[in-house]
Amino acid sequence: MNVLEIKNLDVTTPAGVKVVSGVSFSIAPGARLGLIGESGSGKSLTALAVIGLLSSQLKASGSVLLGDLNPQEILGAPERMLNTIRGKVASIIFQEPLTALDPLMKIGRQLAEPLRRHQGISGDALESAIIEALTEVRITNPARIAQSFPHQISGGERQRAAIAMALACQPSLLIADEPTTALDVTVQSEVLALLDSIVSERNMALLFISHDLAVVGQITDSVVVLKDGVVVESGSLQEIMADPKHPYTQDLVKNARVLDDALNIAKDGK
Amino acid sequence: MNQVKSRRSWSLIVGLVIISTITLVTLISLVWLPYPIDNTDGGRLSPPSWSHLLGTDKLGRDLVARLMVGARIALSVGFSAVLIAGIVGLTLGMAAGFAQRWLDESLSALLDILIAFPTLLLAMLIVAARGSSLTSAIFAIGLGMSAIIARLTRLLVKRVLAKDFITASRASGTSWPRIIVLHVLPNIWPTLIVSFALQFGLAGLAEASLSYLGLGAPPPNASWGSLLQEAQATVMTSPIAAIAPGLFLVALVIGVNLIADGLREIADPTLRRSR
Ligand SMILES: Nc1ncnc2c1ncn2[C@@H]1O[C@H](COP(=O)(O)OP(=O)(O)OP(=O)(O)O)[C@@H](O)[C@H]1O
Ligand SMILES: [Mg+2]
Repeated sequence: MNVLEIKNLDVTTPAGVKVVSGVSFSIAPGARLGLIGESGSGKSLTALAVIGLLSSQLKASGSVLLGDLNPQEILGAPERMLNTIRGKVASIIFQEPLTALDPLMKIGRQLAEPLRRHQGISGDALESAIIEALTEVRITNPARIAQSFPHQISGGERQRAAIAMALACQPSLLIADEPTTALDVTVQSEVLALLDSIVSERNMALLFISHDLAVVGQITDSVVVLKDGVVVESGSLQEIMADPKHPYTQDLVKNARVLDDALNIAKDGK
Repeated sequence: MNQVKSRRSWSLIVGLVIISTITLVTLISLVWLPYPIDNTDGGRLSPPSWSHLLGTDKLGRDLVARLMVGARIALSVGFSAVLIAGIVGLTLGMAAGFAQRWLDESLSALLDILIAFPTLLLAMLIVAARGSSLTSAIFAIGLGMSAIIARLTRLLVKRVLAKDFITASRASGTSWPRIIVLHVLPNIWPTLIVSFALQFGLAGLAEASLSYLGLGAPPPNASWGSLLQEAQATVMTSPIAAIAPGLFLVALVIGVNLIADGLREIADPTLRRSR
């Protein structure tokens, strides 16, 4: 059974525009999938649909089944049922860690909320679970970070804290919506490496969203290419790199190649 | 950082000192006044003396006694009106902020009407229904204030709900009641508290204009606002009768605002950094 199974997902705006149309893909337990597409292609809406967080103004139809042991239909499900799934079966990391954290709440307290709810702990046990969670995402000074407000720590630390929150309820599927786009390049690769190792250690499934084929290539082995809300191509990364069928994918591959070559030239020049 | 911190606690401390003094005067007025409030033995418009520290008004009533009763009225009008606005305004505002479109739109229309409706007219209607008393004035002021607080609350709630951290919190399975307690209330509070403080001060002024029209506290009780207006005619001969209530009114407004400012900076850590 798959941990996520999307069939014929349509998302329609109040104006009647189909911004996601006929999207289908699935992820097996422990598998990784890259969802790639340009800005406005419907990547984030697809991710939100997966955990039932589409704005009420948007109409979604089709089917989203979440969970491998006991798959549940997400579309049209009541909030109460969704709350039992969110965080535990699937959780999500957002692009901009500054806005994804409450500015008025210390990192430790924000992290405490899902930990407390999921593990039913409090007091000292909760305190040490917070430190442990921050350590797992390789924050070097967990005690200080736990006592800090989001504006007092660096962008990389914020994204690590957000990852720790997403991991708190031990989800079987992690959705990462452009988790490194807002970070600078060195921090980007650290966060990617972190995600890579945590996802393997915990044996989680990963849906990694990006507009950058090179970034997706570092962390997943198969991809779905989205353009204007439609899946134009999907398959293993190797297949797509070797023989892109759709003109948009050909462009993506060409650009990734150019970047690659530039990097190689730079390396050889040294 | 330390400098900023001390400045913040200063505003809170000064504000608390001012408001505690006014509260103390109010408490004393309940058990002791230098003269009964309707005692007119002091002679008309007598200047300050040992027997009448701030002199008397044009009917011969002791000004200190009248100011002390005025403190009582200022505080009870302020607190009661803010309490009404806190309950009615916050509830309506939260409801509109969370509501689906049609309910939100009808609530907003109702609030717009209430805000456009002058407090004075509202007060006249309430007085017509319940008779003239301080309570009627408080209801009128409180209801007018509720509309303002409700509209602000609605706006603040909508703004917070659109933030990514609400989506992130929902994505981790937090229920709505919990989100309201953890994220919505703390995030709207810093702005609301300042508005409440402003309204608290304005309530005193609103009561003064209602008293002026005979819609407020019935004589011989008088708010600082009405003392100020009574003293207008004789301001040249006895300026102290206008200056004293004026100073108290200003002190009340400043005191409440200082407290609000201090509380706001405690509630919002992002303000502590760079100011
Ligand atoms: N609430 C909404 N109402 C109407 N249209 C919306 C709404 N949310 C998103 N859209 C539209 O849907 C389309 C897809 O949006 P989405 O956020 O999924 O894009 P994306 O692929 O994530 O882009 P980006 O890479 O910039 O994040 C966009 O054209 C966007 O304008
Ligand atoms: Mg997006």
